Amino acid sequence: MPPARAGRWPVAQPYDMGEPMPQQPATGPGGMPPAGEWAIETRGLTKAYRGGQLAVDGLDLVVPRGSVFGFLGPNGSGKTTTIRMLMGLIDATAGSARVLGQPMPAAGRRVLPKVGALIEGPALYGYLSGRENLRRFDAADPDADPRTRDARVDRALERVGLGAAASKKARAYSLGMKQRLGLAAALLQPRELLVLDEPTNGLDPQGMREIRALVRELAADGTTVFLSSHLLDEIEQVCTHAAVMARGRLITQGTVADLSATVLGSPGPGRLTVTTPDPADAVRVLKEHGLTGLQTTDDRVTGELPEADDGTGPPELADINAALVHAGVRVRGFGTERATLEDVFVQLTGEGFDVAG
Amino acid sequence: MSQAEGVLRRPRPLWSLGLLRSEITTTFRRWRTLALLAVLAGVPVLVGIAVKIETGDGGPGGGGGQGGPAFISQVTHNGLFLVFTSLAVTLPFFLPMSIGVIAGDSLAGEAHGGTLRYLLVAPAGRTRLLLVKYATTLTFCLVATLVVALSALATGALLFPLGEVTLLSGTSISFGEGLLRALAIAVVVALSLIGLAAVGLFVSTLTSSGIAAMATTVGLLITVQILDTIPQLSAVQPYLFPHYWLSFADLLRDPVYWDQLQKNLGLQALYAAVFGSAAWARFTTRDITA
Ligand SMILES: Nc1ncnc2c1ncn2[C@@H]1O[C@H](COP(=O)(O)OP(=O)(O)OP(=O)(O)O)[C@@H](O)[C@H]1O
Ligand SMILES: [Mg+2]
Repeated sequence: MPPARAGRWPVAQPYDMGEPMPQQPATGPGGMPPAGEWAIETRGLTKAYRGGQLAVDGLDLVVPRGSVFGFLGPNGSGKTTTIRMLMGLIDATAGSARVLGQPMPAAGRRVLPKVGALIEGPALYGYLSGRENLRRFDAADPDADPRTRDARVDRALERVGLGAAASKKARAYSLGMKQRLGLAAALLQPRELLVLDEPTNGLDPQGMREIRALVRELAADGTTVFLSSHLLDEIEQVCTHAAVMARGRLITQGTVADLSATVLGSPGPGRLTVTTPDPADAVRVLKEHGLTGLQTTDDRVTGELPEADDGTGPPELADINAALVHAGVRVRGFGTERATLEDVFVQLTGEGFDVAG
Repeated sequence: MSQAEGVLRRPRPLWSLGLLRSEITTTFRRWRTLALLAVLAGVPVLVGIAVKIETGDGGPGGGGGQGGPAFISQVTHNGLFLVFTSLAVTLPFFLPMSIGVIAGDSLAGEAHGGTLRYLLVAPAGRTRLLLVKYATTLTFCLVATLVVALSALATGALLFPLGEVTLLSGTSISFGEGLLRALAIAVVVALSLIGLAAVGLFVSTLTSSGIAAMATTVGLLITVQILDTIPQLSAVQPYLFPHYWLSFADLLRDPVYWDQLQKNLGLQALYAAVFGSAAWARFTTRDITA
């Protein structure tokens, strides 16, 4: 299981305002390799593509080992650019990055065999079969043992559900099949870190469920998973941590629970929703129980549960329900809603649809 | 984890050979590569048939005029000369064009398809990948030349008599020695192409479009071939990579004239060094965004 992180994990710009820096033990005495608390750690990472505009601007990202880390942001916010820098595909304009405790891109030869990556979708040799594609990528890995190659390739194919289509030419694969093959390439070896850029893109619902299950399984084995996606409930379902980017800047990062709490400013018990054919009566009863911000839309009544600051503690939900029924309100549905990651995301990055230029 | 690492981190010095083998098999399994080789194999057959038809019509062979490619008048007497003729016919354009296709596409094609980024995060290593690509292109140079030579030998043996070989200097050597000289010529022709292969590799590092890199390399080849024929440019011509290409004929003299052969090989080595270094400088610093 991912190690539970005691205490507060830094939320929003972890390095500012006197908050102690997450200590990455540098090379210890006697040249011991750093233990490495962070799977990924960047400082002031910046990239300006030719043309000058900053695609990534002073990124300070820390991804704890063992976490499933959701990397969020609107289109063009710099997620893929960040991943390219982490993988040594492009040079940073400024700043530095460490992956698995080692500097990138300098230590790529040592680090990358321990990293599986899916970057901007899969890329395959159309004229080779799925199996031959994997054999080729495996041959490019200096740490891959050619004697176990066949077994590992077959296992990776099974894992993504491509066992039956392994001999088909990749040209004839559907989008989802290509995506699965790309994932299989990332799973050819046991990895310490998986970097997945929109891994569920193009997958059918079963495929998405399988990927989620796969991510959980890998995380349970101790693999850190760094996952960029637009599918927020996707991230919410699997991620322990998340960061949000917009226009190349990191807006916030932290545990998923902390994010919902801090960003939406609603650490309280949340909103109560009652579905009833008698909304007017329901509003009256709920008001008596101290709920605020009551709203009625058709047969749904929602309201903010009161804070537990008067010493009496928050009202017991069952009591409210009983009171409604006593007052003759016919209740169809009753329950609290927590803020979703989608709310967090929209709150942070704005409602606008247009991509930042 | 440390035990797993111990297993994983065993040094594997032969790993680069595994990558090279993967690259060579991948290249030679492509339909495009096979089509190029098929075209190259077809040229000697066409030349052989053309010579046969012409001499069949025109009575006794050997008269056949002084025009046409080198050695063509000797082919009717000795099928082995079809090897020399075919290499002389394909060397100015067909052979280098196919090298331009393979070399130009080597990195640009991978960049275009996006597979380059996965090879690099595998991590193949940029220098190593570049060396593997160059080695594969050189392998293709040799295979392509041998395909022309063997196709010519087979066609020559089928259509014409074989026998003693009369050299350009007038002396005769046995058929066996003639075969050896043919092999030596094929190797020299293959080596003549390594300069162009380096140019193509360099062009391939400049772009993410395989088609553009192939077209540029082939275009450069044609331009340089034309420059090589303009008399006013005689001062620079000794530095153009195709300038000494046809010097392979000097291997058919007794004694062999080494001067031009050496100049050719020296020039090819120079091109390989210059453009190989340029390709390395470019590829190891390039942003891979495709
Ligand atoms: N090769 C490139 N050359 C120039 N600019 C680029 C290049 N790639 C990306 N950019 C720019 O960098 C910015 C960030 O792009 P990036 O691909 O990192 O976004 P992203 O967060 O991955 O978006 P998406 O969610 O659409 O995948 C964008 O403004 C984009 O226009
Ligand atoms: Mg992206």
